[in-house]
Amino acid sequence: MTMPIALFQAAAPGSQPHVIPWLIFTLVKLIAVFTVYMVGVALLTLAERKISAWIQDRHGPNRVKIFGLGPGGLGQPFADGVKNFVKEETYPAAANLPLFVLAPALAFIPALVTWAVIPFAAPWDSPWGRIEMVLAPLPVGFLFILAISSLGVYGIVLAGWSSNNKYALLGGLRSSAQMISYEIAMGMSTIPVLLLAGNVTLSKIVDQQAFGTWNVLNLTVAFFIFMVAAFAETNRLPFDLPEAESELIAGYHSEYSAMKFSLFFIAEYANMVTASALMATLFFGGWDIPFWLWDNVAPHTGLKTLATLAFFAAKVLFFVFVYMWIRWTLPRFRYDQLMSLGWKFLLPLALGYIVAIATTIVTLDALGFARGSVPFHLGLILLNVAAVVILFVLLDRGRVISPAYSRLDAREVEKLREMSTPRRATAFLPESGD
Amino acid sequence: MSIGVKVVERPIEQTSYVRATLTGMAHTLKHLFTPEQVTTQYPEQKESISKRWRGTHRMLTTEDGKAKCVGCGLCPTVCPANCIKLVPGEDEKGNRYPLVFEIDEFRCIFCGYCQEVCPEEAIHVGRHYENSEYSREGFVYDLERLMAQTHPVCEMWDPADPKGE
Repeated sequence: MTMPIALFQAAAPGSQPHVIPWLIFTLVKLIAVFTVYMVGVALLTLAERKISAWIQDRHGPNRVKIFGLGPGGLGQPFADGVKNFVKEETYPAAANLPLFVLAPALAFIPALVTWAVIPFAAPWDSPWGRIEMVLAPLPVGFLFILAISSLGVYGIVLAGWSSNNKYALLGGLRSSAQMISYEIAMGMSTIPVLLLAGNVTLSKIVDQQAFGTWNVLNLTVAFFIFMVAAFAETNRLPFDLPEAESELIAGYHSEYSAMKFSLFFIAEYANMVTASALMATLFFGGWDIPFWLWDNVAPHTGLKTLATLAFFAAKVLFFVFVYMWIRWTLPRFRYDQLMSLGWKFLLPLALGYIVAIATTIVTLDALGFARGSVPFHLGLILLNVAAVVILFVLLDRGRVISPAYSRLDAREVEKLREMSTPRRATAFLPESGD
Repeated sequence: MSIGVKVVERPIEQTSYVRATLTGMAHTLKHLFTPEQVTTQYPEQKESISKRWRGTHRMLTTEDGKAKCVGCGLCPTVCPANCIKLVPGEDEKGNRYPLVFEIDEFRCIFCGYCQEVCPEEAIHVGRHYENSEYSREGFVYDLERLMAQTHPVCEMWDPADPKGE
């Protein structure tokens, strides 16, 4: 009987906890994160509808209350949930059933799994040892995220294919093309972050930002690329071509009903939350409280954990709001615009930016400025200001996103016109000689 | 691009995607915080309707609870939709009253002629629009039903006071 008690005994602050407390805390974290995440996602559907309503001068859902209490509309997600559970499941006769059933789960799981490696608060030195506020403190956290988030496309592609519906297939194809294109830009845009942190562990990236400056100040261009790519990855407007209602009915989930459709819906919002958490972690200091080192140094009390958790939640919710804000502002891209933005603009930009940042870091190192020191960050910020000016003022001449014609040089347009003139002239000549 | 398409040279302000995006986002944000909500929350909140609104009918009653109608037959005569069915009767004192008075609200075109023509100011079109039924038969209003209606009635247009002031 002494063994288990020994395992429960207090450990020195900052040391690793014993196996059993570690197991218990991991389970508690798992349940807490999963619950908060799922309830949060449900509430986000309400938030989306409310925000869209306010932006469009409407009221939004304001009827369903929880047991007659609370502001109207708060019960809407639960009403929707009940509705989706009791609705009829339809299976198209020509669908490939195993894949048709599997696809929603495949879309949903990667969104959840990604969350496992995101640190959501400062570690807590409990009486049983240090508890990391991340479900799985993977040393290769960031690579894990890149690997898992690419899996999300399988759910969508399989859904599109197995439905045996032309619109669903088109949606699935668009989605695969889009996600593969933007994944490259997304991965490339984060390399400057890794260069600065010198590590792929997310908690180390957060620490580096906490003791230096947030990456958004150093690497605004990378943040911009990452944000655009994240929008494309999550199939949100202005990149919602896979489900373009007006062209493809609902794209890959045209044939889905009831809870299977709902799973795609939840997956979209879960992806949004995860992408927002990544933006916060990689570029906005994660759980770091700005202008204050109190949260980053020992002793790591429970209060610090709670405060940093609140800050992290605020950052994530802000990005989720930006997602919704942009969705209800921008119209959908045309397919060629989407592709040219991804391949011809974001990818070269990301590659060039890696070179620029790497050169700057090497130069600053060679000049003898220590990493994280003020001159080091000043150098980066100066480069950053120059890059932002070049990108958004000088390059922004209708070329970043453009209607098809302006990609041609004016002289080329003239040449094409001249080429076409004789043919046009003969084509419209009245038939003579008869 | 297809050859021969007219290419319009536009100033940067019109072709810049970044600027257009930021303008748009400022615009939506403004609406987000100061929404000009015009939606009427219908069952609780109702739009006011015109004094001359012509809705479903109502038969006015005398003080002793009988229909004002004397069965003169003017309203079925004037009705362009032929939706009023009237069978007049007479009691032992010689007072005329309707034995049957039915209005088929589905056939009615709500012109309001019946109200205008009525010498006793008995039949009226009402200021009322919430009148759904579960069956077509429910829309044939008999005398009892017409007398039981309580909604306000239409004020007819007065040529001397065209704006209704």
